[in-house]
Amino acid sequence: MPTTLFLALSFIREGRAQSMLISAAVGVGVAVIVFLSALIGGLQQDLIAKTLGSQAHIALSRPEEEARPLFASRTADSIVLTNVERAAQRQRGISGWTRALDDVEQAAGVEACSPIVSGPGFAVRGTVSKSISLIGIDPARYDRVIDVQSRITAGRMVRGGAEAAIGVELAESLGLDVGSKLRVQTAGGRTELFSVVGLFDLGNRDVNERWVLTPMRAGQTLLDQVGAVTRLEVRLPDPFEANDVAAALAARTGLEAESWMQTNAQLLAALRSQSSSSTMIQVFVVLSVTIGIASVLVVSVVQKRRQIGILRAMGSSRGDIARIFLIQGGLLGVLGSLFGVALGAGVATLFQAMAVDDLGKPLFPIVLEARLMLTAALVAITTGLIAAALPALRAAKLDPADAIRHD
Amino acid sequence: MTEVLRLEGVIKEFGDEVVTRVLHGVDMSVHAGEFAALVGPSGSGKSTLLNILGLLDRPTAGSVQVAGKESTELDEDARTALRGEALGFVFQFHHLISALTAAQNVMLPLGINAGRMRPEQRAQAIEALAEVGLGDRGDDLITKLSGGQQQRVAIARALIKRPPLLLADEPTGNLDTETADDVFRLMRAKSRESGIACLFVTHDPALAERCDRIFKLVDGRIVDVRPGANAGS
Repeated sequence: MPTTLFLALSFIREGRAQSMLISAAVGVGVAVIVFLSALIGGLQQDLIAKTLGSQAHIALSRPEEEARPLFASRTADSIVLTNVERAAQRQRGISGWTRALDDVEQAAGVEACSPIVSGPGFAVRGTVSKSISLIGIDPARYDRVIDVQSRITAGRMVRGGAEAAIGVELAESLGLDVGSKLRVQTAGGRTELFSVVGLFDLGNRDVNERWVLTPMRAGQTLLDQVGAVTRLEVRLPDPFEANDVAAALAARTGLEAESWMQTNAQLLAALRSQSSSSTMIQVFVVLSVTIGIASVLVVSVVQKRRQIGILRAMGSSRGDIARIFLIQGGLLGVLGSLFGVALGAGVATLFQAMAVDDLGKPLFPIVLEARLMLTAALVAITTGLIAAALPALRAAKLDPADAIRHD
Repeated sequence: MTEVLRLEGVIKEFGDEVVTRVLHGVDMSVHAGEFAALVGPSGSGKSTLLNILGLLDRPTAGSVQVAGKESTELDEDARTALRGEALGFVFQFHHLISALTAAQNVMLPLGINAGRMRPEQRAQAIEALAEVGLGDRGDDLITKLSGGQQQRVAIARALIKRPPLLLADEPTGNLDTETADDVFRLMRAKSRESGIACLFVTHDPALAERCDRIFKLVDGRIVDVRPGANAGS
């Protein structure tokens, strides 16, 4: 064993009570970091998963129609006063969408793309009608963008013909079930009778109340968009790249691209604020741990002044002395991080088990990843080394003759 | 005879604006196997001289040769290495590492030299402890030993590397007369057996007279060098 490590271990063992206390303090700090990160990480992942459960990462559509003034310029002898009213937006299909689809699928950072046709309509049963969002899809492609398949609660996904999959809330309000018939009417006056083949729950009440998924062809016919699609929906491997990829896709296809990050800007701002407060708490925890370790080691240097002197007299270099104290700092960090990771993971698991709803489902989804625990441990060890730097430097600078004489 | 320590014109001054000269051109030499005493009243500069001999401090001027090497020309690392190789220290207070056992303390100079603590060093340490009569106390913590035993451990530690020169700074000053006599005899015997030179700083005139040579330091000057009246006893 290296002599410096041997001495560092001996010093830690000698001040056992002090070492245990400071390791416990480091451990509590690490536990706070682990618990807080697991809790906030879990909450954020859950929120984002819920948001993206029924939303594509990027939606591409035809640019909005703009009204232009007929006389926009001023002539030499007259001034033209114009009042431009914003045009009402018609439901318009994407021209040349198959080429745009190829373009999008070949673009970097895109995982999947699905064309859809969508528009407003009414679901009618008897005398009751409900406002709906009719969405015509290519089931295989759509499932790669929005995972409906795994969230079918009864029946199956649409395949073709006059089949419809509807949200569980809509089914309940209209008294529908798998096998029921559903009439859909659109603003253009077209109607179609669908067979309900599946019910889905996408975790969003509004979506479950309004969405009616049909095969593409049926949707196109009902919405007067024969052969056309109104949107290309895109899924990315990393949802947080959505703004950049959206800008690239807009430039590539000439379509209007809107990322989920733009439509959920408020949610993201809230998540960012939450992350910032969590980071601030963690910074203060790390700071207090650093000061704790440093103060213990500074006292240790003062207490061991003579012993440092004799080690120097016996041939230990300044570097050796500094290493003894740096190793002590690192070891306190290691001990503290082991204790802290176990404590943090234990408290997080206990918290998740105790905070449950009536159905026994955790109220706070906690994400305990190995990477988080490794990061927390590395932070503690690095903190220990940084905290030990000042005392180590002080010890290394001690004049051996003075240190030996010291009372 | 080989000189293991040679000082020529060693001057030591302290202070920047108000300069105080503590050593005024000290000349002395100690030969291999010689057991020499350094005596002098308090404030005569003994500790300062010992720090310079022990390469723990640098002289303001003059030459300090240890084991044939001119130490004043060496950088900090080389001085540290020479100190580790050529010098053994025994102090008035044992200065043992309280966190370690007797054997671990004794093997420490070997560990520092090699950079690693090895099992074979422990065997050497137990042997060195046996030579000072503590062969069965290797696993005891220092705090469990008496003052005399602690000083014996310090002697074993100082001698384990068989350094050419042993510097002893009043090693008996904190012991009762009987234990002091024991420790002195032990150091004298080890010096003879191993041919290790020893410079023994003491306030005790009787012990000084039992040394081969006595250097008397007064006001930073060696004022007398003579053989001990009872040398060898």
